[in-house]
Amino acid sequence: MIRVQAAYALAGLVFAGVAIASAADRANPRRWRNAAFWGLFAVSFLLGDRLGDAGNGMLVLALVVIGGFGLGQGGAVSTSAAEREATATRLGGRLFLPILIVPATALIGSLAFKSLRIGGQPLVDPAQVTVISLALGVLVAFAAAMILLRPPVSAPFQEARRLLDSVGWAAILPQLLAALGGVFALAGVGRAVGELFGHWLPLGDRFALVAAYGIGMALFTMIMGKAFAALPVMVAALGAPLLVGRFGGDAAAIGALGMLCGYCGTLMTPMASHNIVPTALLGLPPGAVIRAQAPTAILVLLANLALMSVLAFPHGHP
Amino acid sequence: MWSLLGVPVLLIGLVARLNPLIVVTAAALVAGLAGGMAPLALLAAFGKGFNDARYVSVALLILPVIGLLERAGLQAQARRAVERLRAVTTGRLLLAYFALRQLTAALGLLSLGGQASMVRPLIAPMAEGVAETRLGPGTAVRAVLIRAHAAAADNIGAFFGEDIFVALGSVLLIKAVFHQNGVAVDPLRVAFWAIPTALVALAVHGARLLRLDRTLSQDGAP
Repeated sequence: MIRVQAAYALAGLVFAGVAIASAADRANPRRWRNAAFWGLFAVSFLLGDRLGDAGNGMLVLALVVIGGFGLGQGGAVSTSAAEREATATRLGGRLFLPILIVPATALIGSLAFKSLRIGGQPLVDPAQVTVISLALGVLVAFAAAMILLRPPVSAPFQEARRLLDSVGWAAILPQLLAALGGVFALAGVGRAVGELFGHWLPLGDRFALVAAYGIGMALFTMIMGKAFAALPVMVAALGAPLLVGRFGGDAAAIGALGMLCGYCGTLMTPMASHNIVPTALLGLPPGAVIRAQAPTAILVLLANLALMSVLAFPHGHP
Repeated sequence: MWSLLGVPVLLIGLVARLNPLIVVTAAALVAGLAGGMAPLALLAAFGKGFNDARYVSVALLILPVIGLLERAGLQAQARRAVERLRAVTTGRLLLAYFALRQLTAALGLLSLGGQASMVRPLIAPMAEGVAETRLGPGTAVRAVLIRAHAAAADNIGAFFGEDIFVALGSVLLIKAVFHQNGVAVDPLRVAFWAIPTALVALAVHGARLLRLDRTLSQDGAP
């Protein structure tokens, strides 16, 4: 059976290649720092399951220290604008082909791999079909790009290095936020917030509770950078005991709309990698992506509160 | 109760614009220690959370392919491809991508889009190329506005589409969280309840993208 570890091993090899390309990048004044960062990230993908939890903890702390002090920007070892125009003219629409292979393979894979069995064993771990299909799609697209473009052998790693330099430390933020959510849950932050709200909120008013829950989801997501981390806190504090328990709200609606209020927060926070990564990748000033998103986020948040008040309580007024 | 101290750490870091890696780690350490976790157990929980979430970073695998294609002029080709289409405006192009992103996300096909795999190599250069064809060369301010809207279309489309798909992590998380609190939830009904918000987002953001054309032509006027 192909497990998700195969995709992790592939990612580990790419990051290891980027670490080597970083070490060799004399245009980068902090090249050793970059090399150490991507090298450790490669170790996490190649050996993460053998390091043990505490070992992984040490590895994360090292990544945070190196990334927190700031990585360097390497040289742009790439082609000139004129060369790019020339190859684009020669290849035309064929340049789009490898990009389209990735979603096509991911789509076919996630449909086909679920039922594909060899000797009674599923060929691909059914729980991880999406991730494995994505990695497979990238492999096929990579082969197609190498055949189509015939670049030097070092080019894929140099180009990955160039793009990862622009993403920088933000590359590990999604995983770090997931780890933070786990620690908050273990430390009982959700229960504590619930107790706090119990002291300060007018718990008798249904609309005030809906607003506190929805806006709380958005604000907590803005602070935590991730709606997944905010949801357990707000559901334990208000959603389950009060909105569902006391006021008879529909748990499916309260849960779905609460999460979507959280997404409105994600669109507005500088903590979310969804905003940090495109800011880096598109060379934008800080805040530009958030400014483009905020009006929609605020209007959708208000709509969510209205939908929740009107539709989520099928039994009318208490 | 003391575990709450992790929250102000995040807040201070956010306001002071400190490096988020340091802020997040400090918040986890403070919340864990103040909440009574043993230091070694805290370190292990933090490491395990990071290790278990490696699947989110597999999306970075696409970067070598994108880089190779950019090296061969992918972005230039993306601009050219839309220059011939006369009915296309920046707002309409982004609206089409946004609606398609929302629809495919609702069908569980999140990997069809993405900032690294679609927006940077294709959507942003196309949107800029269209503006240049229609309105002539623009300022740096215009380029920033268009690129930021290209990124926003991807995020907003994905966020307000994906929860309609039942097998997605977030729907299953909602079920699990309510289960922990002693409430049974049917994932199908959670997915159903993501539909009204998806329609609101389509209307609101669609209208904003069409208005973007007006903003651009006003700014682009000589």
